[in-house]
Amino acid sequence: MQIRILFFASYRDLLGRGEMDLNIPDGTTVSGMTAEIRGRGGAFATLPPYPVVAVNQDYATEDRILEDGDVVAFIPPVAGG
Amino acid sequence: METALVREPISPEQMVAELPSSGDGACLLFLGVVRDHNEGRAVSGLDYEAYEGMAERTLAVIATEASDSFGTDRIRVLHRIGALKVGEVSTAIAVATPHRGEAYEASRYIIEELKKRLPIWKREHYVEGDSHWVGGGGEAGMESGEGGA
Repeated sequence: MQIRILFFASYRDLLGRGEMDLNIPDGTTVSGMTAEIRGRGGAFATLPPYPVVAVNQDYATEDRILEDGDVVAFIPPVAGG
Repeated sequence: METALVREPISPEQMVAELPSSGDGACLLFLGVVRDHNEGRAVSGLDYEAYEGMAERTLAVIATEASDSFGTDRIRVLHRIGALKVGEVSTAIAVATPHRGEAYEASRYIIEELKKRLPIWKREHYVEGDSHWVGGGGEAGMESGEGGA
């Protein structure tokens, strides 16, 4: 199945891209997806091992099981206000 | 209730215009303003970036929580995005309630939750010419965030 991943602010600058599509096996969790991305090495390996993540615009836990078509956003430390 | 991300300057007068109902005795306006320094460095301006869809939803959720907790639907919350100069308003929270206590509590609740939950980031530009993401930095967000307002 395929998911879309979004990178914002410092993560986007770090990776040089704001989004990517990723094919993952059924049943992959948020933490499994993070491990897959970090395992690509280079700048990806400098992403935090347990980043704050939103799935379809809601904050999600690392054991959340992803579904086909999900939009997953990596959320750097927020600084609104 | 009204919540939004905006790209144009925020008018304090419009934030409170016709907000109180006839039963309200308090109308409180909080403004978060871009200051000229942070962590010992002279700041010339900021860029605010948002995950826009999620930030709009989150603002609405926080305002609804405040409405439920403090018993008023006379709430307006705006957050500016884009490039801001020192002295400009980045965040505005207006609350009207029958008595002052709930207005202060609701306003405080909204700003504290917004700073924790709103997916918005700011890049500080320094007088020396360099810039960096506040809280994000170059360590892929491993540093803790520091607030502005």
